[in-house]
Amino acid sequence: MSENHSSDLATDRAHAVDRAGSCGCSGDSGVSRRGFVAGAGTLVTMTLATGVVLIAPAQSKPVDEPASPDVRWGLLVDTSKCEAGCSACVDACREEQGWEGHGRPEQNPQWIRKVDLKETATGRTFSLPVMCQHCTHPPCVDVCPTGASFKRADGIVLVDRHICIGCRYCMMACPYKARSFVHEDIENQKPHMPRGKGCVEACTLCVHRIDAGGVPACVEKCGGAGTGAMLFGDLNDPNAEISKRIATYATTQIRPDLKLNPGVFYQGL
Amino acid sequence: MTGLRLVLVMVVAALFGVLPALAGDGPFPTIPKGKGGKCVEDTQFMRRNHMDLLKHQRDETMREGIRTTEHGLQGCISCHAVQGADGKPVTIKSEEHFCNACHSYAGVSPDCFACHASVPPVGASPPGAVHGQGPTP
Amino acid sequence: MSATTKIVYRELDGHSPHFWRVLGGVALFVLAGLMSAFYMEHHGHHVTGMTNQVVWGMPHVFAVFLIVAASGALNIASIGSVFERGLYKPLARLSGLLALCLLAGGLTVLLLDLGRADRLIVAMTHYNFRSIFAWNVLLYSGFFGIVAAYLWTMMSRHGAPFYKPAAFAAFLWRLTLTTGTGSIFGFLVARDAYNAAIMAPMFIAMSFAYGKAIFMLIMVGVYTATGRPLGDVVVTRLQRLMGIVLAATLYFVLVQHLTNLYMEERRAVEAFILTGDTIHTFLFWVVQIGIGGIIPLVLLLHPRLGGSRSASVLASVLIIMGGLAQVYVIIIGGQTYPLTLFPGMEASSQFFDGVVNTYTPTLAEIVLGIGGMGIALALVLVACALLRFLPESLADEVIDPDHVAKIVDMADEAGNAEAAKA
Repeated sequence: MSENHSSDLATDRAHAVDRAGSCGCSGDSGVSRRGFVAGAGTLVTMTLATGVVLIAPAQSKPVDEPASPDVRWGLLVDTSKCEAGCSACVDACREEQGWEGHGRPEQNPQWIRKVDLKETATGRTFSLPVMCQHCTHPPCVDVCPTGASFKRADGIVLVDRHICIGCRYCMMACPYKARSFVHEDIENQKPHMPRGKGCVEACTLCVHRIDAGGVPACVEKCGGAGTGAMLFGDLNDPNAEISKRIATYATTQIRPDLKLNPGVFYQGL
Repeated sequence: MTGLRLVLVMVVAALFGVLPALAGDGPFPTIPKGKGGKCVEDTQFMRRNHMDLLKHQRDETMREGIRTTEHGLQGCISCHAVQGADGKPVTIKSEEHFCNACHSYAGVSPDCFACHASVPPVGASPPGAVHGQGPTP
Repeated sequence: MSATTKIVYRELDGHSPHFWRVLGGVALFVLAGLMSAFYMEHHGHHVTGMTNQVVWGMPHVFAVFLIVAASGALNIASIGSVFERGLYKPLARLSGLLALCLLAGGLTVLLLDLGRADRLIVAMTHYNFRSIFAWNVLLYSGFFGIVAAYLWTMMSRHGAPFYKPAAFAAFLWRLTLTTGTGSIFGFLVARDAYNAAIMAPMFIAMSFAYGKAIFMLIMVGVYTATGRPLGDVVVTRLQRLMGIVLAATLYFVLVQHLTNLYMEERRAVEAFILTGDTIHTFLFWVVQIGIGGIIPLVLLLHPRLGGSRSASVLASVLIIMGGLAQVYVIIIGGQTYPLTLFPGMEASSQFFDGVVNTYTPTLAEIVLGIGGMGIALALVLVACALLRFLPESLADEVIDPDHVAKIVDMADEAGNAEAAKA
């Protein structure tokens, strides 16, 4: 229940930001607006800190400050809790970011997908979500000719659609098949998630939520309607739940041999 | 021959916008009024510099995660939404759209709306209400 | 070299109806290609066979083929200048021109396929220097500049002092350029079919073969159509050279696959290409190796076919077919094979994990690719009509008045005979 509580708060906060944005008509409200949003962030952090375990408390940075290089956002997926039939994370992402398909499965975008696995040697089966792994050394960023693929200071890998020319070299380079190309015109985009024909896109780790002090939609939904298999937090903070879990249990990343150091960890893979 | 020349002159004139002007719109674009009284910057300043403000804000938001909204596109869209005949805000496809009003006139096509929503989010509170003012008709 | 000084260059007759008929025919292909590009741009890439699984398709096959061939076409000029073979000097202008035009055609296809082709200016103004793709943009631009300068040193009275440096610069630049093109694939760590350093030298060998095949076709085509003399010496030389570079290409293909077969983790992808039941296995063995490799090798190197124009032309056509198949297998085959995210596990998902992807090109993208070839050809024709790229005659007595070729050949034969005796 605490998860639901926190999600409501996150939504409220998002509204607060929206309102602040849409009223940008009177010049003198800037300071008070900033103060209000920062205050809301603190409130949420405190509330969350009282009892939420699965959804780690995220520090809401002040809106006028850039993302901090001291932070490294990451995810931990517990495959023992992730169920094969469940697609709560995928549904949540699709709804949050608005990447519904156009009836052509191979050309539809897919920011996050559920992969069912069977270990060939043992026959063990399990399931897990795969999305952009937000690597420390992302090949997509290396190969991008214009620099549209970039890594934010806090480790989130994004596509700057303003300078993406749609060459798809990043899709060739990504070992995780995490990126999608938009094959047709799109309308009714979410205001926080502009998307358009001819550009490449991928999981943003819900950067708009993180900047407002929230958690990614997939993690939130996994904790609510799902099985609570996903944990979000700051990998650089030794006191964060995610760091403690990674320090305690055996975890791995997908294709660790590539030495890309993804920010998404899997337990029981 | 004279008749042919006259036709030619008229075609050229039409191409250069003389005919639309004669049609009664006047030689200047009709700019829909925004809501909420006052823009984030002086109107004359905005006319010349809105693209730079937007670009600056976009790069800060996108690249660095600075989430201030003073000069963001969403703000423009919210205040300057133009209601269509059905009472809903018109999209960029309509000539009535605030951005189109000038951009069609100037022959400059903004690239924003290939990706960005050109109408305020559904269910967003009318910005005028925040300031206690009704929307300007 | 007295031979080179006597060469007279003359424009194609740009006023003849024949010229306009040919140019008009080529222009139709260009127009169709541009219309395809507009159609793709307008509707988005969903009207192509390209998907989120196979992200590069037919346009890239044609573009890479043309770009690779471009740098290869320049080599005939380099043999004349850098390696001092006087017999090749009369061909140098056409060689340089062909290099420029093929590159222009290939790049046009590549650019028109971009998701946001309207943002060409962004590609020109934003560079990520860690990207081999961005380096290629600079390499291509530099190639245009250097080869244009090289042509100027050959065609202008004032250019002579700069001829040698320009020739060397062009030669080194073209090696770098093809290394860059090959590395677009060689640097892809994630995909089993790529990620090999051998991609770069293999692309260089491929470029020699494709470039010379296209050169041969254009040369024979233009000289036959215009009735200009074309002697056996030129044809024989090119024929042998093509045979050697084709053999080199096959050698690199062999080494690439042997290396992969030796690596346990690459065996699956090798089995997919070499023994699978997809189109790629057919394209590899039948078209690339058989039709585009073994058969032209025989046609080019068989002693009794030396100087045979029809054998050379047929071999060139087959090399081009084989080359397109080779690039197709590299680009498309490499993508249809599933990415390995979880070694030692069988994966399945709604997003085609663990399955061989399918790719069915649509007409639009094929027409766009052919349009690129049309652009290259149209540019060659127009340039040859405007400026003096083509020697009036390539007859044996004109390009080899001292019978150097014959003497060398006789010496070779004598040497062979002696070797046979011993």
